[in-house]
Amino acid sequence: MVEAHGLVKRFGDFVAVDGVDFSIARGESFGFLGPNGAGKTSTMRMISCISPLSGGTLRVLGMDPLKDGARIRARMGLVPQEDSLDLELTVLDNLMIYGRYFDMPKKVIRERAEQLLDFAQLTERANDRVDPLSGGMKRRLTIARALISDPDLLILDEPTTGLDPQARHLLWDRLYRLKQDGVTLVITTHYMDEAEQLCDRLVVMDKGRFAAEGTPRQLIEAYATKEVVELRFAPGEHEDVAPSLVALAERQEVLPDRILLYTDDGDAALAEVARMGHVARSTLVRRSTLEDVFLRLTGRTLVD
Amino acid sequence: MTAVSGAGAPGGTTLFRHGEDVTARRMATPMWLRAARYWGYQYKRTWRSSVVTSFLIPVLYLAAMGVALGSLIDKHSHGVDGVTYVAYLAPGLLAGTCMQIGTNDATYPVMGAIKWMRTYLAQLAAPLGVYDVLLGHLAWIAARLAIVVSIYLAVMAAFGIVYSPWALVALPAGVLTGVAFAAPVAAFAATQDKDSAFSTLYRFAIIPMFLFSGTFFPVSQLPEWLQVVAYATPLYHGVTLCRDLTLGQVGWADVGHAAYLCALVAVGYAAARRTFARRLVV
Ligand SMILES: Nc1ncnc2c1ncn2[C@@H]1O[C@H](COP(=O)(O)OP(=O)(O)O)[C@@H](O)[C@H]1O
Ligand SMILES: [Mg+2]
Repeated sequence: MVEAHGLVKRFGDFVAVDGVDFSIARGESFGFLGPNGAGKTSTMRMISCISPLSGGTLRVLGMDPLKDGARIRARMGLVPQEDSLDLELTVLDNLMIYGRYFDMPKKVIRERAEQLLDFAQLTERANDRVDPLSGGMKRRLTIARALISDPDLLILDEPTTGLDPQARHLLWDRLYRLKQDGVTLVITTHYMDEAEQLCDRLVVMDKGRFAAEGTPRQLIEAYATKEVVELRFAPGEHEDVAPSLVALAERQEVLPDRILLYTDDGDAALAEVARMGHVARSTLVRRSTLEDVFLRLTGRTLVD
Repeated sequence: MTAVSGAGAPGGTTLFRHGEDVTARRMATPMWLRAARYWGYQYKRTWRSSVVTSFLIPVLYLAAMGVALGSLIDKHSHGVDGVTYVAYLAPGLLAGTCMQIGTNDATYPVMGAIKWMRTYLAQLAAPLGVYDVLLGHLAWIAARLAIVVSIYLAVMAAFGIVYSPWALVALPAGVLTGVAFAAPVAAFAATQDKDSAFSTLYRFAIIPMFLFSGTFFPVSQLPEWLQVVAYATPLYHGVTLCRDLTLGQVGWADVGHAAYLCALVAVGYAAARRTFARRLVV
């Protein structure tokens, strides 16, 4: 569905996307995981033929974004990072208007809008103005709107950023359903749990480049251990304690607020820490996540 | 988690019928017209709030100044340029109103469509291109001008101050006047990040033009150096064109006025293509 080679986006002298390669297959759910400024939005805007590439080659749905931008966009749905809903109009009007951009007959839009409102759990709000809706509702409406033309490819740029946990879970459920229905999804996110839940395959993106690529499981296996021990000590104690813990784990990360020990047996490591006489303020043994992968690859956390 | 909920029937849903293109139609609507259609749709829902500024105020002006002040002027100096003051003033107000609508609709709505509502961005995420977005918006502004001018001309006819069938041509002339402002102003608006420049535009260009470009009194009343400035303003040409048409005093000079306004539309549109592309295609 999407084929990119050496894709570059420059803004003046600044290189936002620095020669990346990827290919996304039909029916796949493909993620771009990276912190703010990684170049995710720039990449999405190139895929959706809104932003011209500065270098490399790109094919979307078998077509050339430069020449066939309108035809490509006619077959894809875009959920931009920032909502672009018409706040003064009603929920239903927003869907009607959007369908009309695709030149769909009003009757067809109305039928489809009804299904999509149900899908987005907005049926009761159909005739309400958009402005007072909650962030989660607006986001669901934006997704419904992007689906109005029954696109072959749905692009979601940070679908749940800024939403409360409950709204996020509701959205994940909806997106999961799209995935089950075989819609090809391209998702950007800086939430590792979102990437783990929704993406069949993902790239870890940082500073315009890909640091790694694979399924969430593959990435965790390749770049992290099975378990992680998180230790929090009193402020200032980290530097003193950290060196003595190096031998306990395959790898260690010292963050401002905690020390992470990467090991395949967290409980054993934790017992060892206690035996050495260190008293942590709090401890946690957990499975490794994509966050750990990111930390390993870039030395930084995903969300600062 | 289950794949089926909401509209879905067990084992699948009717939401996604891959392969069948619901957007396919035999006669495709031009992209720019789809953009214009949006503005029309939006206007249909919100037109009430614009009635006062775009229509009621000029009619009040006409009543207060044309009729009340006009009777005084007519008594003392037998009208202006050989016609009653209200007949002189009305086409001037018509052109002035078109200028204001053209400017208004190309300032805040353009900036809003870029920054606040992001309407253009929504259109660009659909199959529309940046020139479609621009042309569609200007086409809508022209359509809205046509609505206002038609009503205005009907009111003038009711006042009994339409003297010639040429007045029908005042409809396109009024629209032309408005678009001659809308196109360059839209080009300017697309370069702005804050709306503060718009009030400067009003204060130093639009309002002085409204007052001194022959709307209320002949430009020949101005000191000579100001006359030169007034003759150069686009509104002067719009006012004179509309006035000649409703008074039925059409001459070759009006072709010149129309050509001036057309040139302004062309230059403004070319500039707007550049500024829109620079702003929206990054
Ligand atoms: N229009 C633009 N002009 C200049 N710089 C930009 C523009 N858009 C994005 N950037 C820069 O490019 C980098 C990548 O941005 P973006 O693609 O939005 O990242 P992400 O979506 O991963 O947060 C950022 O440093 C951002 O400041
Ligand atoms: Mg982004």
